[in-house]
Amino acid sequence: MQGEFEFSAWVPALPEIFLALASMALLVAGAFIGNKGTRVVCYAALWSIAVTALILIGRDWGRSLVPGGMFVMDSFAGLTKLMILAGLFAVVAMSIRYLHQEQINRFEFPVLVMFAGLGMMLMVSANDMLSLYVALELQSLALYVLAAFHRDTAYSAEAGIKYFVLGAISSGMLLFGISLIYGFAGSTNFDMIAHRLEDMEAIRLPILVGLVFVLVGLAFKISAVPFHMWTPDVYQGAPTAVTTLFALVPKVAAMALLIRVLFGPFAAMAPDWGQIVTLLAVASMIVGAFAALGQENIKRLMAFSSISHMGYALIGVIVADEGGVGSVMLYLLIYMVMTAGVFAVILSMRRDNLAVESIGDLAGLARTRPFVAFAMAALLFSMAGVPPLAGFFGKFFIFVEAVDAGYYVLAVLGVLTSVVAAYYYLRIVKVMFFDESAEPFDPNKSLSGRAVLFVAALFVLTFIAWPQPVISIAYDASKALFIQ
Amino acid sequence: MGFEKFLFYVFAAITLFAAGMVITRRNPVHAVLYLVLAFISSAALWILLEAEFLGIVLVLVYVGAVMVLFLFVVMMLDVDIATLRAGFIRYLPIGALIAVVLALEIFLIVGPANFGLQQFPSPVPAGPDVSNTEELGLLLYTLYVYPFEIAAVILLVAIVAAIRLTLRRRPDTKYMDPAKQVRVKKGPDRIRIVKMPSESAAVPAVAASAAPQESTE
Repeated sequence: MQGEFEFSAWVPALPEIFLALASMALLVAGAFIGNKGTRVVCYAALWSIAVTALILIGRDWGRSLVPGGMFVMDSFAGLTKLMILAGLFAVVAMSIRYLHQEQINRFEFPVLVMFAGLGMMLMVSANDMLSLYVALELQSLALYVLAAFHRDTAYSAEAGIKYFVLGAISSGMLLFGISLIYGFAGSTNFDMIAHRLEDMEAIRLPILVGLVFVLVGLAFKISAVPFHMWTPDVYQGAPTAVTTLFALVPKVAAMALLIRVLFGPFAAMAPDWGQIVTLLAVASMIVGAFAALGQENIKRLMAFSSISHMGYALIGVIVADEGGVGSVMLYLLIYMVMTAGVFAVILSMRRDNLAVESIGDLAGLARTRPFVAFAMAALLFSMAGVPPLAGFFGKFFIFVEAVDAGYYVLAVLGVLTSVVAAYYYLRIVKVMFFDESAEPFDPNKSLSGRAVLFVAALFVLTFIAWPQPVISIAYDASKALFIQ
Repeated sequence: MGFEKFLFYVFAAITLFAAGMVITRRNPVHAVLYLVLAFISSAALWILLEAEFLGIVLVLVYVGAVMVLFLFVVMMLDVDIATLRAGFIRYLPIGALIAVVLALEIFLIVGPANFGLQQFPSPVPAGPDVSNTEELGLLLYTLYVYPFEIAAVILLVAIVAAIRLTLRRRPDTKYMDPAKQVRVKKGPDRIRIVKMPSESAAVPAVAASAAPQESTE
């Protein structure tokens, strides 16, 4: 290790290195131009994210490590990172206009989004407890600030503080668990921990205690019940552009990290952590479905919706084989597209140049803007899991994997809660199509918002025609976790 | 060995006592001072473990910088103890129950059977010529360079965060720009000489228009 520094050894991390340098360059540029140049910095951020994605696509996705073994690149990380970058791109593109409208057009916004994205990309590539922790903190810190970005409003400040305090507690839990695991396994490296667990049966029980704490920390990040309390308040309080980011990207990154931790070092303990994850999945599905019923604020509703979606995804984790992880990846992919489309509509909900967020404000959208209403209805039907749409296939594959592995109760519970959840999605559709028209919204001038909505609706509607490429991408990526 | 062990127990006891006082004191300033005590005695523990660099850094950074700032904040914030303690009695039973169960469970599994001295034999003490700082630096810049660099990025984000959340320019406040004041030249910047045709009757408005420009800065 004490030889010369060789750059070629660090090439697996090239996309991250580029993104980090680009964010710093944009930070410096933004500091010189000032807030007048927010738009320019945003466009530069879009370019940087696109170039990062190109570098990532151009790289070999075989398993490779950097010196020290703390960073791993494989096809699982590759796919997740592409999803993260696509999410970041959509969020930055859609928020340029929003930032101007809300008068929070500070150049720090795109820079912080990029740093958060950097943290998430490092998270899904973590191969060591130490790199897991620092990457998680990097993305969390950037997200805390983004939640409080509109800090002149009390809601946004509250969201930031709440997220920060609860996030700090969960980080503490995570660190405590990591210290226990390190104490028993004698290493923080994922591969070493896996070896120790296979060799020594005796340390499994004590390591389980540490793993419980680590799981608590990670469950907080994917907002699985009972660690979801921050989600509705933060989703509602944060500026809508930031809520879009929260709903799209960190969930995917944290779920991928959870999968990597469970299937990497702790693969040998699958029956043990399976029970814990089952509890999280069941509680998330039930709370996500029932708590959303009474919501009037659409951002709050989306918070509960994301909680229940994470519950479904966790079923695939419990199955604990290649197909299970593949179905989770597919589910996350479809979830991202649907959520992006729905938030494109939420971002366009403005009346007299003020953002409105209540479900009642959507009344009569079918008359004032039929195309938007139709696309939104397709997305909501898809989220509810109505058959010909993409969301149905996401749930379908998860439930099929669960039934194959013998988890009948989970599958039945999943179907039942998605019926309950269908009620609140369909209620929005009813409000849009059958309620007395409210005043029409301001005309939506955001090209990127309309583009995202169009692509999302198209994906959801036509998924049934060409499902195979997307499914095989998701399932192929998950194979990387099972080649040792 | 005997005296070292004695020292260890003394410092460990002080650390535990101080940590307990931190969370039970009514006065937040006292709590912060006890936290300083806890930090200093854990620094002493680190020095006993031959981790001199870490011990000194703990005193310098935490006690010297962080805690002093903390003390300022606590003194300025005027924390209202009554509201902080409002639900304390109500939540005490359930909180205590969970804490006891958790502590018991952890002790059963993490207890002396797994974390005893037999499991972890004392490492051989390093010789006098081993430099603690150098060893740490070697590890930090080779094996752990990856998390080290990410930590640097986290600090950068923290700076951006602090500036973003606290720096505000109010358009209505008046402020002086010393750079502009220094750059002022004697001639044209301070005085403007206006040629006026001589008139017999005094017109007060003329005097106002010839006022020095500098006052608007």
